[in-house]
Amino acid sequence: MKLTEEMLSGFPDARGHFGAYGGRFVSETLFDSLMTLEKEYKRLKNDPDFQAAFDKDLAHYVGRPSPLYLAERLTRETGGAQIWLKREDLNHTGAHKVNNTIGQALLASFLGKKRIIAETGAGQHGVATATVCARLGLECHVFMGAEDVQRQSLNVYRMKLLGATVHSVQGGTKTLKDAMNDAMRDWVANVDDTFYIIGTVAGPHPYPLLVRDFQSVIGRETRQQSLHQAGKLPDALVACVGGGSNAIGMFYPFLTDESVQLYGVEAGGLGIETGKHAAPLSAGRPGVLHGNRTYLMEDENGQIAGTHSVSAGLDYPGVGPEHSWLKDIGRAHYVSVTDDEALDGFRKLTRVEGIMPALETAHAVAYAIKLAATMDKDQVVVINVSGRGDKDMQTIAKIDGIEM
Amino acid sequence: MSRIEGVLKSLKAQGRKALIPYITAGDPHPDQTVDLMHTLVAAGADIIELGVPFSDPMADGPVIQQACERALVHGTSLRQVVGMVKTFREKDDKTPIVLMGYLNPMEAMGYEQFANTAKAAGIDGILTVDLPPEEADEVAPLFTERDLDAIFLLAPTTTDDRIRSISEHCSGYVYYVSFKGVTGSGKIDIDEVAAKVAHIHELTALPVGVGFGIRDAETAAAVGRVSDGVIVGSVLVDTIARNQADPEQLKQALTDLLHPMRVALDNLTS
Repeated sequence: MKLTEEMLSGFPDARGHFGAYGGRFVSETLFDSLMTLEKEYKRLKNDPDFQAAFDKDLAHYVGRPSPLYLAERLTRETGGAQIWLKREDLNHTGAHKVNNTIGQALLASFLGKKRIIAETGAGQHGVATATVCARLGLECHVFMGAEDVQRQSLNVYRMKLLGATVHSVQGGTKTLKDAMNDAMRDWVANVDDTFYIIGTVAGPHPYPLLVRDFQSVIGRETRQQSLHQAGKLPDALVACVGGGSNAIGMFYPFLTDESVQLYGVEAGGLGIETGKHAAPLSAGRPGVLHGNRTYLMEDENGQIAGTHSVSAGLDYPGVGPEHSWLKDIGRAHYVSVTDDEALDGFRKLTRVEGIMPALETAHAVAYAIKLAATMDKDQVVVINVSGRGDKDMQTIAKIDGIEM
Repeated sequence: MSRIEGVLKSLKAQGRKALIPYITAGDPHPDQTVDLMHTLVAAGADIIELGVPFSDPMADGPVIQQACERALVHGTSLRQVVGMVKTFREKDDKTPIVLMGYLNPMEAMGYEQFANTAKAAGIDGILTVDLPPEEADEVAPLFTERDLDAIFLLAPTTTDDRIRSISEHCSGYVYYVSFKGVTGSGKIDIDEVAAKVAHIHELTALPVGVGFGIRDAETAAAVGRVSDGVIVGSVLVDTIARNQADPEQLKQALTDLLHPMRVALDNLTS
């Protein structure tokens, strides 16, 4: 399907649907809050004061625009298309997550909410939320699966230093989906004074819409920078997809540019065929979880499946509904790379360019290298370097058998 | 008239209140569920809400979440839960059964197939926690066509406009969630519930069942005084958890908990 600006303005529709996906599948207690949030966001989206405050924070607190960097050695070694890196890892707190938390924290402030909750997998969203809460003087509670608390102890410590309370979630599979369940439980109980900062483009309407809008700054900058620096639009964009916020932020401003191929890279874990992965778009089917209809990993009885990824941030059985729609209409391609391939991608970018990507990003790097090798030298591939790899040092050291 | 409507009308005519216990199907073991349902009826249940276990029960507290986990360890599927009701119907064709759960297992089975098998098994109503009427266009008509009651939730945060529109989509009874929170979490404020239920009664002719926070005969009576029925969940499920090792003791414990609620509700009329 060829998308036009006019068509795009209809997605999501009034009920938050992207085609068959999205929507608002929540318990009744939350419904009114979501309606209020939608109404207020619609108003503030066009409010010059709100937008000016957001832009100011992005420039002076986050440090935007982030550079678009030509990875010359990586390009040479790969021997195909030019590989450019959109450096979201250089944002304050080290990932794209902060774009969204700034936006939602501003929303919370405009709505007069003083208590913030968030869920996190790898901890990047938790750190970004704790950071903006510290700055705005808001009470912050972060829900994190017990397994992720162990895998990402460094980020847990960062959140605590920033003044957040970290709740280790013992239920279910003890990963991101369970953290989201517990965050929603907290929200139901404290809906009057609490704002839930969702970290990705999933969840009930209007979250997929507003997180996409806040992250779209990535794609807007990439578009301008590519025209200016490479002299043309990119031929391909590559971004990792867990929930999918960095990918949609990168893709969205290019959706009507038919010449730009979009690649979302999911976590293939130990291999799609083993069932131990986190790739709902590659190997799942549509269902309903966490307030929206989207592609999910589930068993034949509709129970949500356990996931596996070397990267805690991708270890989620669902994905943002807009990605599900882009997959079905064929506008974006969704692929996967394994844990091992991602680790190779991590090592390659580290050694060749001196940039240590997050393990999430390493999935995009691994796929982009394969893709670029099949393309012409005058073509341009942009990788969204969604975050830096500091948080993953313990994981990688453990894989390498090094004690720290 | 649906079985639910019939029971509620007859209770109303007698000036009595409905006692509606909830248990999670398959907890502590799928083999025990039908027996436990009969136990609940013998102890005074008018309608049973039978929970369909789900891996991610976001609107429930730890007590029901753990019940889901116990049931899922034994592989309890929606198909099996429907089968349990079919078996229950062999001995009891009077007590209405409402399946209560989350949307995804129904979607996975296929809505049409689910509606057909539910009807054939003698299920009377469906309450889907994460399905507001706004998203029910596809599903609700399948239930209505088969005379299955679609039951929806109302919450303290529900606006008047939504109370009206939700009630229009609802049949059987509306389920009023007595406080903001998950199941088993909070303390019910009877005065607040009384005011809200009275207000709901002004906006809809449907019977109003109140759930969340009803733990004993005293709270059951207090809520029964202001509503058409009381829904009791977490405290029963907690009792199941504590007595899971001994099936006979478990049935006795459930009876000891539920029967005094029945007595307390019936004493309201005298």
